[in-house]
Amino acid sequence: MGSALGRWSRRLLVVGYLFLLVLWPSWYVVKNTFAGGVGAFLDVLQMPEVTSALTVTAQVALLAVLINVVFGVGVSLLLVRFRFPGRRVLSALIDLPLSVSPVVVGLALMLVYSPVYGWFGRPLSSAGIQIVFATPGMVLATCFVTLPLVVREVVPVLEELGDDQEQAARSLGADGWQTFWRITVPGIRWALIYGLVLSLARALGEFGAVKVVSSRIAGQSMTATTLVEARSQFAPREAYALSFLLAFAGVVCLIIVALLRAQADRSNGENT
Amino acid sequence: MSIEVRGVSKRYGDFVALDDVSVSLPTGQLTALLGPSGGGKSTLLRIIAGLDTADEGTVSIEGVEATHLPPQKRNVGFVFQHYAVFRHMSVAKNVAFGLEIRKRPRAEVQAKVAELLELVHLSQFADRLPSQLSGGQRQRMALARALAVEPSVLLLDEPFGALDAKVRKELRDWLRRLHDEVHVTTVFVTHDQEEALEVADEIVVINQGRVEQVGTPDELYDAPANDFVMSFLGDVTRLGGVLIRPHDIEVSVTPAGPDAVEGTVARVLRIGFEVRLTVLVDSGEVVTVELTRTHARRLGVAEGATVFLTAVPGAAGV
Repeated sequence: MGSALGRWSRRLLVVGYLFLLVLWPSWYVVKNTFAGGVGAFLDVLQMPEVTSALTVTAQVALLAVLINVVFGVGVSLLLVRFRFPGRRVLSALIDLPLSVSPVVVGLALMLVYSPVYGWFGRPLSSAGIQIVFATPGMVLATCFVTLPLVVREVVPVLEELGDDQEQAARSLGADGWQTFWRITVPGIRWALIYGLVLSLARALGEFGAVKVVSSRIAGQSMTATTLVEARSQFAPREAYALSFLLAFAGVVCLIIVALLRAQADRSNGENT
Repeated sequence: MSIEVRGVSKRYGDFVALDDVSVSLPTGQLTALLGPSGGGKSTLLRIIAGLDTADEGTVSIEGVEATHLPPQKRNVGFVFQHYAVFRHMSVAKNVAFGLEIRKRPRAEVQAKVAELLELVHLSQFADRLPSQLSGGQRQRMALARALAVEPSVLLLDEPFGALDAKVRKELRDWLRRLHDEVHVTTVFVTHDQEEALEVADEIVVINQGRVEQVGTPDELYDAPANDFVMSFLGDVTRLGGVLIRPHDIEVSVTPAGPDAVEGTVARVLRIGFEVRLTVLVDSGEVVTVELTRTHARRLGVAEGATVFLTAVPGAAGV
């Protein structure tokens, strides 16, 4: 009797907490997005500032994810397949973006790449290359914050795979490149796709680091998240529509990730 | 000579895995590298394959200087203890891998794969994933995969080490028969002396990074070069200060000549067809003797009995 009561009150507590924290506010975003009907929502999406923000976000996110996948696989191979001094330090550094506030990341990038006072930014600027206040800076910032997501997915899988299969491929005549594409990549494919989707979700939603390094000109260099922040006070319609799209993209990523997990588990089951 | 290893040394930090090893492995034969775990035999095999590099010394394969060749240029087939199957490929794709890397025409690849799967009795499993095979089947697949590229030498690293006793024995016989059919120069690493004695044409005994002896199974068993080889190839005991095999001792219940050593039976242990006696000799030695069950029954030995021990004429001893 008492235990049943306890169970129900615990359930109520959890559900109530989730409702107040996640469901209710999210529901308000959806409700306000469609307050003027679907037509009004679609109209907002036609606004030049909104389309520009979505384009910038897509560009930055896709570029950052691409770089992150290439670099993440490289770092993972380095960490797992090679022993070198400083390996543990490198491994710890990979996790840094998880613990450091993105705003600090943005500031750090400014210190290095600012055309005015950055020690690397000045020579680049005089060579006509602009990093901060331009797309490369936003891509850099996004790469930084998504850095651990691919590496932390791929490293354990590489460790579990071992290098037996790679050695076998070498002994069968495959060179390093063939071994990588035919053996290593298929071996880590699920972890890689999983890391990629996580990175994409994170990249779409990145705000702090990007805000610091972007020039924030609406219709030109604003991302979806920075436009949401800029418009949340005075033009909430745009803010709601973009918020809804960001949340929707996030949910889609979550669903993909869940499906991939199941798929990866299944193929792991076959492999044992 | 198919594989020439000259003065090869390999260290891992302070540990000396191989110490100035030189050995010639003949063409077309089945050679076993035999020795205890950590003795350096796998390291030597991996250096021949190019999967490890020697600190010093040279390796040549079929007359080609191979010391600095990467593994994919050595034309060797390598079979790993834990199979190293390509998990994401079907059995047929696994076997085809080396041929596809070499960009052979499709028809040729298919024909060769079918032929090899036939050879290793896996034709009906061609489209399965390796995870759907048993350990023994996976190792046969790995062998077919290694043979597909028609290697000049086939190297097997403890190929049956991960299998259970019954499958081990089957595959051992099967490897011997396969070798008689295919005749590729084969080197396999094992720590199981029975496996080496049963399968190999020639055995190289390796211990603590050195070659202890090279010879046919009979030579090694009958004329071991030293105590280590003698005791590694089978059970040994000491009689009159000489190392001897327990089954090479003659037991009699009456004084059997001037060389006979007198002793008391301390323990009689029956294991299937075999009876093992522990005899305390007057000089203080503890001698183990092995008899067949029938022989022991005929002698009627029991614990506490007095017996006389002599070495069988022609017995190996060190």
